[in-house]
Amino acid sequence: MITQLPPRQDVLARRDAIVAGLRRLLPPDGVIAEKLLLKPYETDGLTAYRQVPLAVVLPETTAQVAAIMAFLHREGVRVVPRGAGTSLSGGALPMQDAVVLGLMRMNRILEIDTADRLAVVQAGVTNIGITQAVQAEGFFYAPDPSSQLACMIGGNVNMNAGGAHCLRYGVTANNLLGLKIVTVDGQVIELGGAHLDAAGYDWLGLLTGSEGQLAIVTEVTVRILRSPEGARAMLAAFRANEVAGACVASIIASGIIPVALEFMDRPAIHACEAFAHAGYPLDAEAMLIIEVEGSPAEQDELLGRLRDICARHDPISVKVSSSVAESAAIWKGRKGAFGAVGRISPDYLCMDGVIPTSRLAEVLRRIGEMSAERGLQVANIFHAGDGNLHPLIMFDANDPDSFARAERFGADVLTLCVEVGGCLTGEHGVGVEKRDLMGVQFTATELDQQRRIKSAFDPGWLLNPSKVFPLQPAPA
Amino acid sequence: MSARLLADALAPADEAGVAASVRAAFEAGEPLLVQGNGSKRAMLRPVQAARALSAGALSGITLYSPQELVLSARAGTMVADLNAAVAAQGQQITAEIPDFSALLGSTAAPTLGGAVAANLSGPRRVAWGAMRDHVLGVRAVNGTGDIIRSGGRVLKNVTGLDLCKLLTGSHGTLAVLTEVTLKVLPVPERRATLVLRGLDPVQGVAALAAALGSPYGVSAAAYLPASVSHRVPGLNGAAALVRLEDFASFVAYRSERLRADLSAFGQVEVLDDAATLAAWAAVRDAAPLVDEPGAIWRVSVRPSAGPRIAAVLERMFDARWFLDWGGGLVWIAGPATAAAHDAVCAAAREAGGTWTLLRAPEALRAAVAVIPPEPAPLAAIARRVKAAFDPKGILNPGRLRAGE
Repeated sequence: MITQLPPRQDVLARRDAIVAGLRRLLPPDGVIAEKLLLKPYETDGLTAYRQVPLAVVLPETTAQVAAIMAFLHREGVRVVPRGAGTSLSGGALPMQDAVVLGLMRMNRILEIDTADRLAVVQAGVTNIGITQAVQAEGFFYAPDPSSQLACMIGGNVNMNAGGAHCLRYGVTANNLLGLKIVTVDGQVIELGGAHLDAAGYDWLGLLTGSEGQLAIVTEVTVRILRSPEGARAMLAAFRANEVAGACVASIIASGIIPVALEFMDRPAIHACEAFAHAGYPLDAEAMLIIEVEGSPAEQDELLGRLRDICARHDPISVKVSSSVAESAAIWKGRKGAFGAVGRISPDYLCMDGVIPTSRLAEVLRRIGEMSAERGLQVANIFHAGDGNLHPLIMFDANDPDSFARAERFGADVLTLCVEVGGCLTGEHGVGVEKRDLMGVQFTATELDQQRRIKSAFDPGWLLNPSKVFPLQPAPA
Repeated sequence: MSARLLADALAPADEAGVAASVRAAFEAGEPLLVQGNGSKRAMLRPVQAARALSAGALSGITLYSPQELVLSARAGTMVADLNAAVAAQGQQITAEIPDFSALLGSTAAPTLGGAVAANLSGPRRVAWGAMRDHVLGVRAVNGTGDIIRSGGRVLKNVTGLDLCKLLTGSHGTLAVLTEVTLKVLPVPERRATLVLRGLDPVQGVAALAAALGSPYGVSAAAYLPASVSHRVPGLNGAAALVRLEDFASFVAYRSERLRADLSAFGQVEVLDDAATLAAWAAVRDAAPLVDEPGAIWRVSVRPSAGPRIAAVLERMFDARWFLDWGGGLVWIAGPATAAAHDAVCAAAREAGGTWTLLRAPEALRAAVAVIPPEPAPLAAIARRVKAAFDPKGILNPGRLRAGE
């Protein structure tokens, strides 16, 4: 189980006064302090951890956020920013003495400019909401985390969210132009804007992925892209993980960068097929979903080249979609993967390590051995082009021993990812989940360097505490 | 100054040597001019330092895995050597690193560390991201002599604060880069450039916007006015340029589709692969302004604002200029005076953009804000972040802003 910093007793003792102060800053329904109504905010996408917060505030404007932050800073109260609460790393886990600052009412789209290819939105606009706002003009917002129907752009910025198409389009950080932020003491700062590459330090890059620990993001300027003429997928099934991994290497070496290149191992194939009936090959040890974009003729040419490459790796089967509907069928199982695993196991942990793609087969073999040793099933889903591995470790939350074993299993998998040259997290963030593993990836000197930067923004460590950094005191 | 600095230059052979040099300077409280080979020393503000610390001797590729799209090299590795190494594997450095040697009057070979420290990005930036978007990992020495790493050698990584982005473009003021890992991409099979001649700047940028807003994967878009276009091979007279890079059959198809889409703006000619390489190398290296006397600025604004800035500055001081990044990057040449500088800053500010005084006599660079000042709350954070890396302020003091 995760530990949190001890709550500040003086803050708990002043709870009523703090809530009253917040109520003076916001409309009546903008402050939640009733125990029953706080319950929905006790957890996020990492539901194994729960903590009811001191209170929840739901501002609608940057000015309100600034007023809230100035007040809470004066009062010495911790703040946990929260978008849609879809974090899989516990990034929005509350603390007993912290106010949750929810962004969901900051849901207005402020500007769309297709000539300059940008959109300015409040932080509580959903990821898909940006694409929906610009798709009539033929544009889209590229990063597509699998929670994109619910997750909010402010949360995407804080966690530097990725998705299935980052091999071609990059992650959130690569698709931002500007931010409006509120500092811990309530000052409003604009970073970047409608232009590329502000001179001076890359604050935009530093803030992105900072997990709500440097400032509150209230507005975001994103780059929007013209949608491709079309996209189509193919599916290739292989006799061994090694073979599928070699095929991925051949594809990249050929000069083709597919927009998506997804890998599923045997347990993942079986779970998804049982759930979605997508026609996946149950005799395969590994399967690739490959998607390309372009005109119909361009798709044909790329898929033809890819089919030839797959054919050199002794595939069990190769299925090239010939229509939008067939592509959707190929994706159906993969997109339902989390639900599919949820059907065969009451609970699972979704890990998020990254490995050099050349080490894939070895890493999957080691994960298989750990699975057998610990008596916990695991299914592996992998963004194969960029090395982002998502082992889904199944356990039973009603059995504390099962959960504890799953946590240790997950930690061992992430340690392995670092050992082979990768990292702890590719797109979910450190949150509370991987906080205590940071020492596996970073030296004490490196962690102290990062802590000093955190302190430069937030000297009192009020912003999203108990996350990212192991719970040692900050350096002076 | 340069001669004395060279005599006193420290050029450690390895990262441990860099760390030891910085540690000694930290203990002595002695400022260092941090550089690679010094090819960009004429950029930004002059640094007052007792010694130069060069990472130029830290040379060589340490990891190259073409099938993983990953390349690591020590900071002093020459950009030309890196370009050659990836080209041999059919790949390229995505940021299309410009070479400002001619512009800055330098004969020193630009290094990877310098290109990253300056966040140098060429024409492809508009479609494929800046240098900072392709830096996967860094090793560096901070201002106390500690070796720190951030990122790594994998394509996706959100573990901890992203110091790769913070150090990229920090011009050696936070830490001395010792090694960089980049994401690389395949070289396209074919290139072509669509040329629309005779458009005025507003029409030209509208054509670039139409091209960049098309589904055809335009990888660069520039506008050259008649005053400087003859310095780009293949051009004579005002021209809007749109580049395609992809598989050969794609480029053929997309050229035709774009030609049709842009026909409302005028007749479209197509430059072939070789002519495309030559034209965009000139745009990348700011060749249109290389022979202009005086100062050179780069202003970045929303693309539709580029023509207005050019028009204002033409009126104010007969500026020579051209536009890259779809109109959003305004390259400007003009007199090296505080008045001209103020006009550039005002125009950039009014358009909500940012500026860099890239080249000017040392006296002017020392006297004016070479990049925009930060609002007070951000400046306060910036001072604390600087101190978090370099508590005694010994790394390139004053390079970006006076007194920092």
